[in-house]
Amino acid sequence: MYGIYNFVTGPLVWASFAIFIFGSIYRLISMYALAKKKDAVSLAYMDWKFSFRSIFNWLIPFNALGWKKNPVLTVVTYVFHICLLATPILLSAHIILIEESWGVSWWSLSDSTADIMTILVIAACAFFAGRRLYQKDVRFLTTGQDWLILAIAALPFITGFLAYHQLFNYQVMVIAHVLAGNIMIAAIPFTRLSHMFFAVFTRAYIGSEFGGIRKAKDW
Amino acid sequence: MGIQDRLIEDVGLREGVSRLTEDKIQKTVNAVIQGETGARLKAYAEICLRCGMCTEACHFYLSHDQDPTYAPAAKVKQTIGTLLANGGRVSPAQIYNMAQIAYSECNLCRRCVHFCPVGVDTAYMMITMRRICHKLGVTPQYIQDTAHSHSATFNQMWVKDDEWTDTLQWQEEEARDEFPDLRIPLDKEGADVYYSVIAPEPKFRTQLIYQAAAILHTAKIDWTMPAEPGWDNSDMCMFTGDFEMMGRLKRKHFESAQKLKVKRIVMGECGHAFRSVYDVGNRWAGWKHYPVPVVHSVEFFWELLTQGKIKLVSKYPGPVTLQDPCNIVRGRGLGDKLRDVIRILVDGEIVETASNREHNLCCSAGGGVINCGPPFKNSRVAACKAKADQLRATGVKTIIAPCHNCHGGLDDTVHKFELGMDIKFLGDIIYQCMERPEA
Ligand code: HEM
Ligand code: HEM
Ligand code: SF4
Ligand code: SF4
Ligand code: SF4
Repeated sequence: MYGIYNFVTGPLVWASFAIFIFGSIYRLISMYALAKKKDAVSLAYMDWKFSFRSIFNWLIPFNALGWKKNPVLTVVTYVFHICLLATPILLSAHIILIEESWGVSWWSLSDSTADIMTILVIAACAFFAGRRLYQKDVRFLTTGQDWLILAIAALPFITGFLAYHQLFNYQVMVIAHVLAGNIMIAAIPFTRLSHMFFAVFTRAYIGSEFGGIRKAKDW
Repeated sequence: MGIQDRLIEDVGLREGVSRLTEDKIQKTVNAVIQGETGARLKAYAEICLRCGMCTEACHFYLSHDQDPTYAPAAKVKQTIGTLLANGGRVSPAQIYNMAQIAYSECNLCRRCVHFCPVGVDTAYMMITMRRICHKLGVTPQYIQDTAHSHSATFNQMWVKDDEWTDTLQWQEEEARDEFPDLRIPLDKEGADVYYSVIAPEPKFRTQLIYQAAAILHTAKIDWTMPAEPGWDNSDMCMFTGDFEMMGRLKRKHFESAQKLKVKRIVMGECGHAFRSVYDVGNRWAGWKHYPVPVVHSVEFFWELLTQGKIKLVSKYPGPVTLQDPCNIVRGRGLGDKLRDVIRILVDGEIVETASNREHNLCCSAGGGVINCGPPFKNSRVAACKAKADQLRATGVKTIIAPCHNCHGGLDDTVHKFELGMDIKFLGDIIYQCMERPEA
């Protein structure tokens, strides 16, 4: 058990971060190369000002028309994404592990706050799953990939929560958790989770088109 | 529910798919996807989160009892999404379905862009689908006829070269009853304004040419119209997916203006032609923007009215509402100028529809849908129900719509939904209310 634990918290973490970083770089560079080769007519219109204008306006909750018309989803998705990113980075259990290996540490959330944020993420995932099952339009759109990324995003939180509360077998749960965390990190470049970085560019692009050519806002 | 249950018989689509095999389809699809698309299509297909946020954007969805198969992302899924998922290998019958969706169930109006958090441009996905259909020879008959006309005559309506000049001279002569020294100057080199129109004007809306001539004459503009092909700024090839021809059309149009060394092109009240000239066709022909400045009528009228070149003797009785044409408002930010012009022309309030400016609902006629002709008319007008509800809610009697297509579409809509409203071009009102020099 201890050997497996050491493996998943040691070499496997290196491996998944390597896959995440190099995979992301590879995806970004090859996408850029493809854009240069095939989408010159789009690239030519990229514009810093309009890119940031669009990104900025879409980051504000309830600012864009899409957010306004989907109020419940808006609240849920903001909570989901904020907690999704903040919890693992500011979790004391994670920071302690990093401190033990590298001697660096930073401010952490209290365990009870982190616990609540974890529950929020899990609840948000349940909400997303519910939409995929019961909301007609979303159900029509849903594919296997969507379930896959939802599961990949939810599992580290579910298992982390179970481990923290020492439900079921703690040893097994921690290993399952670390495994799920590693999978999530490694999967980002190669699944729809790549929206994490590609969305920045698609947003920037449509913002540039709307700002530069169409002289209209895109939110 | 679903495209299967709403198939419409169209001879162009039917004959087109009858010549296809799965092998042919796969070859063509992959040729287009590998040859003509790149990161943009790939990124959109990959990162669309299937979140359904765009669903509520589309008037097709809103007007069809929230049938999910009309949602923007759903239309992508049923067309290009299916092609990508199957490596381009689908049956001819599936291509028929996809063509019907791409040509007649999306106006390329881009309202859904305002709803998508990651910036997917559904209109781009639909036009790419149309491009594939064009390459497969599967296009609705009526719009294909206009595309044929474009390639044979450089205008959309089979107007012959002598008919064009005859029509202009005829309108000039008519107008001289009212404005004794009015001219429609043909091929005048170095004119300030090159006035271009869409081919339906000489074909069956000649009074629009009359009105434009009257306005330009009254404002004492140094203007001209070309005697030779290039005069038609419209572009159905952009909508069928015949991009080669679209590029030729735009080149012809600009070159005709360049040959006359005019200062700028002023376009009539048309939405799609403007899109073709400033956004789409120019790019295909290799111009990042355009070689000759292009001004839409809304902006041009705004100049004439604010600079006092046109004075009014009366105002049009309001209140009025207006149709923001997607291609000049969401497509070119002319919403403010359009309202300025209306405020000058109308005595009374502007009652806005619930969705206005960049967020307007399309009239359901644009993007070539109205040009797909009678087979698709009922389904097109049905998709305008959401718009009709908004128009009715304004409680006014006049809609101002500075776009030919919007006019056509709203005409049918007003009729079908018994709105009892009049539809006006800005030119109609200016012509009616302006101070006449010779009067
Ligand atoms: C990749 C290596 C990872 C390691 C080694 C790791 C390790 C740990 C450990 C040791 C705990 C504490 C369990 C306890 O309290 O006994 C924990 C909890 C947690 N981890 Fe991770 N984790 C990793 C990745 C992730 C990722 C990628 C996420 C989320 C995106 C994540 C989210 C959480 C959450 C939400 C908790 C529980 C918080 C709570 O309920 O209070 N972890 N993790
Ligand atoms: C940091 C930049 C990110 C941005 C700007 C972003 C943005 C978005 C947006 C706009 C949506 C669609 C709205 C919705 O359905 O909730 C979405 C959905 C989603 N995101 Fe992210 N995201 C980011 C990072 C991540 C990360 C790191 C993950 C997980 C590893 C993730 C997981 C998800 C999931 C699972 C969904 C789908 C929810 C559903 O099933 O409807 N996102 N994201
Ligand atoms: S008609 Fe307009 S809103 Fe509907 S899918 Fe097409 S572009 Fe989007
Ligand atoms: S809003 Fe955008 S990401 Fe969501 S389903 Fe529609 S196109 Fe896809
Ligand atoms: S016809 Fe008018 S409303 Fe409809 S797409 Fe064109 S510009 Fe938009």
